[in-house]
Parts: sequence; structure tokens; C-alpha cells
Amino acid sequence: MSWTAICHLADIPPLGARVVAGPNGDIAVFRTADDHVFALRDQCPHKGGPLSQGIVHGERVTCPLHNWVIDLQSGAATGADSGCTRAFPIRVTEGQVWLDLAVSAADSDAAPVVDCREAG
Amino acid sequence: MHSSSDKPRLVLIGNGMAGMRTVEELLKLKPDMYDITVFGAEPWGNYNRIMLSPVLASEKTVDEIMLNDDAWYAEHGITLHKGKRIERIDRVGRRVIADDGTEAPYDRLLLATGSDPVMIPVPGADLDGVVGFRDIHDVDAMLASSREHKRAVVIGGGLLGLEAANGLMRQGMDVTVVHLMDHLMERQLDAAASGMLRASLEERGMHFRMAHQTQAILGDERVTGVRFVDGSEIDTDLVVMAVGIRPNTVLAESAGLHCERGVVVNDTMQTYDPAIYAVGECVQHRGTTYGLVAPLWEQAKVCANHLAEYGIGRYEGSITSTKLKVTGIDLFSAGDFSGDETTEDLVFQDAARGVYKRLVLKDNRIQGAVLYGDTLDGSWYFQLMRDGTPVADIRENLLFGQAHIGDSGHGDEASRVAAMPDSAEICGCNGVCKGEIVQAISEHKLFTLEDVRAHTKASNSCGSCTGLVESLLATALGGDYSDAPAKKPVCACTDHSHDEVRAAITRDGLKTMDAVFAALDWKTPNGCHVCRPALNYYLLAAWPKDYQDDAQSRFINERAHGNIQKDGTYSVIPRIWGGVTTPAELRAIAEVAERYQVPTVKFTGGQRIDLLGVEKSDLPAMWRDLGQAGFVSGHAYGKALRTVKTCVGSEWCRFGTQDSTGLGIQLERMSWGSWTPHKFKMAVSGCPRNCAEATIKDLGVVCVDSGYELHVGGNGGVKVRATDFLCKVETEAEVLEYAGAFMQLYREEARYLERTAPWIERVGLTRVKERLVEDAENRAVLYARFLESQEVAQVDPWADRAAGHAAHEFIPIRPVDGAPGTPRPEVSA
Repeated sequence: MSWTAICHLADIPPLGARVVAGPNGDIAVFRTADDHVFALRDQCPHKGGPLSQGIVHGERVTCPLHNWVIDLQSGAATGADSGCTRAFPIRVTEGQVWLDLAVSAADSDAAPVVDCREAG
Repeated sequence: MHSSSDKPRLVLIGNGMAGMRTVEELLKLKPDMYDITVFGAEPWGNYNRIMLSPVLASEKTVDEIMLNDDAWYAEHGITLHKGKRIERIDRVGRRVIADDGTEAPYDRLLLATGSDPVMIPVPGADLDGVVGFRDIHDVDAMLASSREHKRAVVIGGGLLGLEAANGLMRQGMDVTVVHLMDHLMERQLDAAASGMLRASLEERGMHFRMAHQTQAILGDERVTGVRFVDGSEIDTDLVVMAVGIRPNTVLAESAGLHCERGVVVNDTMQTYDPAIYAVGECVQHRGTTYGLVAPLWEQAKVCANHLAEYGIGRYEGSITSTKLKVTGIDLFSAGDFSGDETTEDLVFQDAARGVYKRLVLKDNRIQGAVLYGDTLDGSWYFQLMRDGTPVADIRENLLFGQAHIGDSGHGDEASRVAAMPDSAEICGCNGVCKGEIVQAISEHKLFTLEDVRAHTKASNSCGSCTGLVESLLATALGGDYSDAPAKKPVCACTDHSHDEVRAAITRDGLKTMDAVFAALDWKTPNGCHVCRPALNYYLLAAWPKDYQDDAQSRFINERAHGNIQKDGTYSVIPRIWGGVTTPAELRAIAEVAERYQVPTVKFTGGQRIDLLGVEKSDLPAMWRDLGQAGFVSGHAYGKALRTVKTCVGSEWCRFGTQDSTGLGIQLERMSWGSWTPHKFKMAVSGCPRNCAEATIKDLGVVCVDSGYELHVGGNGGVKVRATDFLCKVETEAEVLEYAGAFMQLYREEARYLERTAPWIERVGLTRVKERLVEDAENRAVLYARFLESQEVAQVDPWADRAAGHAAHEFIPIRPVDGAPGTPRPEVSA
């Protein structure tokens, strides 16, 4: 694990998201109504839409391009859709938001979007 | 069957469609609430009973109509007892006892015992070769007979009887239908349609004995014939009794539950024992029993809601429609078409084409419909009937169908949908073909439009193919498919409809979204992407000065004040009042486009300029620069007033009768910044040549020499619809008043995401005229409310954000180490 401080919890609006530029592309950082935070690669598994721009509800976000609903915890599409985007470890301590990008080192922008199980 | 967990136990008696649909709805709401046990008298899983006719006709196999197999029950932790009939309900001990001695205790009991075929009590009714038409067992018996025997008699010329007769005929039998009345399907058809149906079936080789009453079934062990009351006889090897169904109340009655024709339930599907609920064909609700599938779906939803202890749904009865599942015969009926001195008939008859349509009107509304030969518009008439839409304005074209009321779109294609090849593209937005949809319907056992949308994406974008998808569903499912429930909830987060939510907001003074969630028992903690934008709009429209707009409940375009593009960039469209601009303004736009290296500059259809491909973080600075040149937001991204398109008018045009550009600018100055249920477009044409295309706008003004014609409800998009003429006025001031009042009426009465065209078709132009044209006082009140809400709405969102408002929306968080590129410059605050 290599935790990087990225912002304060207060920098993310409740039921909203911010974007962090990562070494392999943008990462969307979400905050739920009850102040849980989640981090996903900012690309919908469907057509690459920026999930950070979607509407957050419960622990899900709806992609702004074609309304796929993505689970914030796993990055997996819900309902009848299937597909998955990478989730990153994230935590909050005393109002500071920490992101762990180490796991993404092997991940490349060019990598095709794959199912969660295959992505491991 | 004692459970190890502490969960309450739910026992379902009757493994049929209604009971299992209730369980499925319950699992959607509270998957872990109950330990569920299901008893089914039949030895298999849950199957689609409405598809028995196609099975009999060899159009489908039994496997194809199975809904839930054993694995499904196991997967959901449900205990299934197949082939066990419940003999007794012990209401005091709260347990049920099956015929093999199996017992199951319950905390809640759900009765879904369905119905039995009525077997007329004539001598010989118990002979071999006399069957009902109710379950797989009956179908197997009929199929077996058809292999060994030649002749069949079906007693009963109703829906069920004709489907049975058709199936047997398809198996090669010589079939005679015996009917007590002198015309077929008398409950669904009038004499004319019934006659056409009979002629068409006779042409296929079916025989009829009309107005014949059965006296005895003849034979020693196996049936050999039927004798009628008039003394005549007919030889046969098989008798199918299909004279009707009777709710199965035996078990409920033996348990002492109050039953009349069916098990009596209240609006929550609860019987007289509060621990026992009942759904489906065994039920009697408000004096009515149902034998079709659509009402069962609605009952299941309500019942599941109460089993999940949400306690908010009410079943208020269903209006049903009927279609006959006989391939090649199109027949539709709905409502009450008996007619009397208070009703009027509209009739269309074309014997050569085999088409007959009859609509029964009462007080300008459709009360009943019978269609034969061309049933394409059945669901439309049904919708008009359930919504109680006044039809006076469309009456002259009503019989010709929806395609003939100023609405081109896909209407014509729908009539050919059955004949289309599988490769025909149905949904142009998402590229979904007919074959994929039909396959998904049978593979995933889909029943509703929403199901098809979720699985195939067809009809999930612009919605123009909705009619096509609905007719595919109707074709695949047969007559019991109901296109839309009588009451449509806003989304899966609630059981309340748009209208109910709106009414509650104003009635109960709900002024925040949390207040709405609490007051209306929302099932999710903070809604979803469907309901939140709708609620935000309704609150804003109801309390323009009190409600704090919630940015996180707005779709990204309205949050970022630009249209998101497929690559995540945005477009910037400054407002150009009435489409009139100046060299200085054009120069300013050109400079901004160059300064920010805008990749594409394009003229829009609404007489403005679109700057496409702008990075989100550049937006505030661009807006600041545009603002300095005098521009404000064009709201091209919003469910809001978009543009007012104009032609040059009397100022320059040799045909112009009035100052159309000037009037357009006044209209735009008055209405910009207003939020509406969906986008709202206006146009002003200077003469009837109508160069501004005012007759396909939400509100169009056509100037004439003596004044101004006002037109409403047009649309040039998904479905082209010409406007309806509202009225003619004499002064510009009146145009402004009518336009403001019309917008306000639309804002207050249309559902979120409903354009003016479908809104007017739903409520009827008459209603709009009553409120707006005939009632001057009401018009003035609406106009005043519009202007009042505009006082706080006309704040340029671009200027606000250029000044630093909502900066978090536009500035990314500092990049982490190793991120490519340099950080973008922060926007000056």
C-alpha cells in the first residue's frame, strides 16, 4: 500500500465527485450522503463516459452518457448491464482523503475494459 | 419446516404467476426479509399460463414457457414443495398442512390459488375425454387426444374456448365450437366484430353451433358425442369445457375466510385475516374478479409493498383490455362498448380489407373500443381511455389512428412490425434489431417495456421506437400484455406517480428533497438519477423563492451549464437574442474561440453559435470573457427556455406583416432563465409563409396583418408534430401574456421530461384552452406567477461561475505524482 493524500473530505460535495489526474488517467473520487468515499477509474465500462460527472445516489453513480448505473464499491455495472471499471483503495482519516494508486501500476490506459473477475 | 433463523416466515399457496410475481416483487424490495416457502399443486416450477394456447398450437414448447426453474428457487433460498396440495389452513396455530402431511408454519400467508375451469354439470361430464383448459395437464390430455382421435367439440365460444379450438385445429383435429349465445366472445365483441371473427375462423375450417345449449355428454367410458337441448346431437372423441373460470376459494372458505365469488380483499390485498393476503384470480376486489394477467401484475406490486411493510401502495382496480391469441387474427377490445342513449358510436368498417373499428364515446371521452383486423392503435385508445383524455379535438381523425393526428414518426412502420425480418433495426439509437428483442423476451421471460429496455437497450434513448417495442411484446406475449400500468411510479424508488408527488409537494408544503423522501416513504436513502432531477424540478417550480436548487440532483449538463460531449468535453452556446447579432458580438465570439483553441464552431438550428470541444476547466474563463462582451448563457443544455427563432419580419421583408424579430427578442427577454419540465422552444414568423418554422415549436407565433396567431405543442424532433392552433390575439402585449401563461401552465401541469406535445395529447387541447383562452382571470394569474418566478430565475449562471461560484465543479483536484502533463491553470476567482 502506498497512500497519497489527495484532498480533504470537504473538497468533495456530498453526493458528488471530484477528478484526480493519476499516472494512468483520471480517477473519479466520490462522496456519498453519509460521507463514505470511493475511487473509480473515471471511465464507464460501456463507452468510456466520465463517471465523475454522473449523479451519485446511494452507493452508486449513473454515467452521464447512457445512464449505466455503476456500483461505487466494486466498479461493476448493475442491473442487466455487465462490465466493470477499476476501483482503487481509498480512505478518510481526520478529514483527509487518501488514495492508493499502487495497485494501478500494472494497469495501463490501453488495457481493454474487462470483467471484474478477470481483472482480479 | 421450522426455520433456524429469526426471520418471519412467509408461505405462498399456489405456485402460479400471481403468487410468484408477488414474491419476485418482494425480493426486489426486501430480499432478506422473510423465510419463504412455496406450495404448488402442480408437479413443476412456475410457468407462464397465458402461453398455454401457443403450446397447444405447437407454436411453443412447455420448456419455453417455464418462468422459474428449481435452480431459481434454490438461488433465492426459497423452499419449494412441488406437487403438494394444501388441505388445511390452521389460522389459530398459523400453519398450513399439505395432502402428504407436510406442514409449514407462517407469520404471513399469501393465497394465490387461482381459478378452476367451470365444468358444466351435465350427465357425462366425468367421462374420459372430457377436459378443461387450464393447466399443462389439460394441454397434455388434449395433445394426446389429437394424436389418436379426429373430432373435437369445444363448449364455449369465449376467449379461452376459441384459443383451445384453434390449437386443436392446428393439431389436425376437426373442431366444432358450441356456444350458448348467438355471437362469439359476446363479453368482448359487438355483433359486427364477432361476425367477422366467425367468418374468418370458418374460413380456416372451424365449425360452429351457435345458440346451442348442451344437455348431455354421450358415451360409456369415453365420450362419443354431445346432445343439445333441442334434441340434436354431434359425434366427437374429445370435449373441451371452456365456458369460463371460477375463483378457487375452497381452501379459503374451509379456513373461514370471508369469500363471495372470490376471496375478498381490501385495497392492500389483505383478506379478512390480517395475517393472510391474497392475489390473482382467486381474489375478489371491490366486487370484481379478474382473469387476465395485467391486473395480477398490479396486485402483485401492491401486495409485495405491504408484505415488505412499506405500507403505501393501494390497488384501485384495473381496466382491462383483451386480445385474442390466435395467430393471424387481430382483435382488440377494451372497456364498456355496450352503448346506450348517453353514448355515441364512431364506426369504421372496410369489409374488403377485413377491418372494423368501433369506439364508444361518452362525454367526449372513450368508454370502450372494439377493433378487428387492424389493432395497431389498440394501446393508444386504451391509454386515452384510462387517462380520461377528452377527444373532441382529435375526433375527426380518431378512427384513423395515432399516425393521423399530426404525428408522423414511426407510426407506419409499426403496422409492419410482425412482418419485419429479424434483422430489421427497431431501435435506431442503440442499434437493436427485431431478432434480438424477440430473443430477449423469450430468453429472459420479459413482460414489460421496462424489462426490454433494461435487457436490450431498445427504446431506452430517444423513445421513438417505444410503439414498435410494445407491439413486439404484444406479439410475443399475446393478449395479456398490458403496455403500461394504469399508474406509473416515478421510478423504482417509489410507488407514487409524478402527479401524486407534485400534489403532495404543494398540498403538504414540502420544501426540501429530504422532506419529500420522508413524507412519501421513499425506498432509497437519496433517490436515483431518475427521481432526483424530477423532484428538484418540481420543488423549484412549486417554491421558486424558497427552494434551494440542488446541483447534485441535476444532470451534468445543467450542473456544468454546458452540454457534455462524447469525449467528456463541453459545448458553449451564448444566448443570441432572437437570433439577431452584431459585428462586435461576432468578433468577440471569434476571439474567444481562438483564445481557447475551440476545435469546432458551428451554427445551431436555433440561430446561434456553438463552440464545441471545450475542456471543462476552461469553461469559467471562457464565460468570463464572453460575459465581458455582453453575452449570457444560452441554456442550450437545460430543461429550460432554449431559443426564440425569428424571421426578419416587417423591418426588412417585403411580405412581413409585423415586427417578428422585435417580438421574438421581447419573448426571449421575458422567458430566458426559466426552468421547464423539458426543453422549451419558441419561434415568431412575420407572415403565414412561416420562415421561422413556428408550427413545430412548443409555442409558435405566426404574424398576420390583423394580429398574431398563437400555436402550441409542436415538435420537430423525435416525432414531428405540427402545432395546435390556440387562438388569435391583436397586440404584442397579449402575445407576451399568453406565452407566459402557457409556459406557466406547462411548468405546473406537465410531468418532468414531458414535452409540450405529449402533454397536450395527454390532457387534451380543450383543457389547455379552458384554462388559458376562455378563462381570462386564470390566464392573468398564471402570467403573474410566471413573472414572479422569473424575478429570481434570471440570474446568469455563467457570470456566477466566472466569479468563482461552484469552483469545485470545474477545477480538478491537484494531480498526484507521476500524472502526465502539467496541471491546468486555476481559474481566477
